[in-house]
Amino acid sequence: MKNYAALAKLCYSFKLQILCFAKIYKGWIIKILNVKISIKNLNFYYNDKQAIHDLNLDIPANEVTSVIGPSDSGITTLLRSLNRLCDLNREARAEGDILLDGKSIFGKEVNVTELRRRVGMVFDVPAPLPISIFDNIAYGPRLNGKKNRKELAGIVEQSLSMAALWDEVKDRLNKPAMSLSGGQQQRLCVARVLALMPEVILLDRPCSGLDPISTAKIEESLIKLKERFTIVIAPHNVQQAGRISDRVAFMLMGDLIEEGTNASVFSSPKDRRTNDYITGRFG
Amino acid sequence: MKLSPKTAQKIAKTLIWSAALFVLVVLVAIILYILIKGLPMINWGFLTAIPRDMGRSGGISSTIVGTAMVTAVAIVIAVPLGIGTAFYLAEYTKEGMITRIIRFSADSLAGIPSIVYGLFGYIFFVIYLKMGWSVLSGGLTLSFMILPTMIRTSEEAIITVPNAYREASFSLGGTKWQTIIKTVFPSALRGIANGIILSIGRCIAETAAVALTAGAVLRMPTSLLSPTRTMAYHFYLLATEGISMENAYGTAALLIILIFFINVVVNAGVNKFMSKGK
Amino acid sequence: MKKFKEKLSGRIFFALALSSISALALITVFIIYKGAQTFIDVGFFKFIFGMSWSPGRDEFGIFPMIIGTVTVTLGAAAIGVPIGICCSIFLAEFAPSALQNIFRPAIQLLAGIPSVVYGFWGLLFVVPLIRNYLGGPGLSILAGAIILAIMILPTIITISEVSLISLPRHYKDGSLALGLTQWQTICSVQLPAAKSGIVAAVILGLGRAMGETMAVIMVLGNAVALPDSILAPVRTFTTNIGIEMGYASGEHQQALFATGIVLFVIIMMLNSLAQYITRRKAK
Repeated sequence: MKNYAALAKLCYSFKLQILCFAKIYKGWIIKILNVKISIKNLNFYYNDKQAIHDLNLDIPANEVTSVIGPSDSGITTLLRSLNRLCDLNREARAEGDILLDGKSIFGKEVNVTELRRRVGMVFDVPAPLPISIFDNIAYGPRLNGKKNRKELAGIVEQSLSMAALWDEVKDRLNKPAMSLSGGQQQRLCVARVLALMPEVILLDRPCSGLDPISTAKIEESLIKLKERFTIVIAPHNVQQAGRISDRVAFMLMGDLIEEGTNASVFSSPKDRRTNDYITGRFG
Repeated sequence: MKLSPKTAQKIAKTLIWSAALFVLVVLVAIILYILIKGLPMINWGFLTAIPRDMGRSGGISSTIVGTAMVTAVAIVIAVPLGIGTAFYLAEYTKEGMITRIIRFSADSLAGIPSIVYGLFGYIFFVIYLKMGWSVLSGGLTLSFMILPTMIRTSEEAIITVPNAYREASFSLGGTKWQTIIKTVFPSALRGIANGIILSIGRCIAETAAVALTAGAVLRMPTSLLSPTRTMAYHFYLLATEGISMENAYGTAALLIILIFFINVVVNAGVNKFMSKGK
Repeated sequence: MKKFKEKLSGRIFFALALSSISALALITVFIIYKGAQTFIDVGFFKFIFGMSWSPGRDEFGIFPMIIGTVTVTLGAAAIGVPIGICCSIFLAEFAPSALQNIFRPAIQLLAGIPSVVYGFWGLLFVVPLIRNYLGGPGLSILAGAIILAIMILPTIITISEVSLISLPRHYKDGSLALGLTQWQTICSVQLPAAKSGIVAAVILGLGRAMGETMAVIMVLGNAVALPDSILAPVRTFTTNIGIEMGYASGEHQQALFATGIVLFVIIMMLNSLAQYITRRKAK
């Protein structure tokens, strides 16, 4: 009997210890296993003007991370540096490092086009190319060397379905993409990114010019998509961040002010500026 | 005496309107003058018969063919060079020493008189490269002359392509080359085509440069190395040597009609281009 | 492979872009190579200021042609510049849009008409007019100036119009709001603000007038003598080359190339000046 009691006691304390350990290191473990993008001491300049100051941020996989803040806070710059689209601006210069799956994206041996394929992007203004709906979706896979029409058709259908656009356009895939409404165009752009099977999707204020119904549709598909992709979004307002994000980062004038789960940032912000922003006192 | 602002406004307005109308009247006068005298001359026989007796009788078929061949050579050479330069300036480089030099060269080429092109073509192509007076010499000389037009129109067309297209293509993993070939070039194509048509117009209208490089022979050109006489030069010789005023008028009318047609095509294209941009 | 293609395409575009530089260099080198000997044989001073041009006696002096070129060019400018500027003001400020849509293509057409056609029209229309009403042979500086004035109109009109309509709108609005009339606004605000563009337009127009050959051959009379009035015939650099290249050889041909060098140098200076003015404004 005594032995049993001792064993039980031992087991109990052991369990407690494990629980305790897990409780203490939970965040850490999850981070180790689950961090998709890790931004380390990022400084970003346009000529002499600094757009981002010493930013550190980890973006977990399979979650929606919102980066909120007033315009001109460096959010677009941050998103564009994640797939090195900033390289296109000849005045831009980045310092620090960004790790994707633990590997630097600024390294010399990095294939930038490969990176952009893994980290897709949707812009604030719907930017379909002036070609047909089908060709827009097939643009990326074709660049990748996929030529088989049947295979492409499969990709197009799958991507359009994931972006909740398939039913609306399945009968007119060969019509010019410009003939779609603004909301449809933006979902087309989402589908176009999905067709590449990226790992991360960046969305830079994707709903800024859209009506509420289109916005709702896009948000709905984003929440579904996070099961398969890591999503980083600059929402066009605080409410949208609240609706869709798992984690929220708040940026101001190129500084990362606060970062945490949706609940922690919105219900108990640590910084007064965050509070002011999410309660609509400025921005 | 000082004019009151209102009177000054009235006088100025009248002057400006009359200047504009004057220019229109002159243009119409020139075109009508040539067309009225020349149109009756143009018929199937005139267009298809070989000139005889120095052009005094017969048609102008060999000069039409000569003009077409010279123009074709010029276009084939200048179009790739012009488009390539435009892409380099617009897509591949930032403003710096090299672009400044390229732009300076192109702008300078645009200002060089055609007679200087003629002198150059004569000494370089005809004499130095031993091509003789030929379709090839004339075409190459003209290609130098229309190069700046091609560069400028192509660059403008490329710059008008919305940046969003480029970003979209890059963000989908397109390389620069793929982006240019699959996205930028097709979107700029209409503007570039307009540049080509304008250049064709310049080639057809040019006289001094081809007179010194292509020759003045009225035989039907059979190869790139055969000498030829273009329509514009033929017209000049007919008119100034007093060979045949009737045929001169006919040739001039044909030139005017061609140029008019080219302008109509370009303007229709530009308007479509603009409305598409909206 | 892809990287290689990428590099190669950049190189090819760069090579193509060198074409205009090499074209200009080739032209410069070959014109000078062929014509420079004359400056040595005849002597620079004697060539420029020599009064007699008679290839048969090996006399090559182009001073009368310098006078001819200058008078005809200035005459063309005196007629063409005011009309051209008026037309550009008309297009930018006064023309109703229906008339603009006629006027702009008309100006383009004016630019496209072959120069020989202008010359021909001048010969049959302008020259007899001058002969009958003003006296003299008709073939004269005046006839050349009138034809050239028409031919340089497109250059002057297009470039000045562009510099007028690209002015910020508030220049005009501000002035009109102060109660100035439209004409006062044009004179005191718009024309001064667009000055550099208009000056560049005039310089380029001068260059065109100076370089024109075929039209002026037909109407200038081509006598190598100092003109005593604007009704006297003259010869210009371009007509000198145009008329005599057909049968010249040896030293005579060299002298024609030397005339070409003089023309080329003047035109390059005018061009550079015009480019300098427009570039300076761009900054």
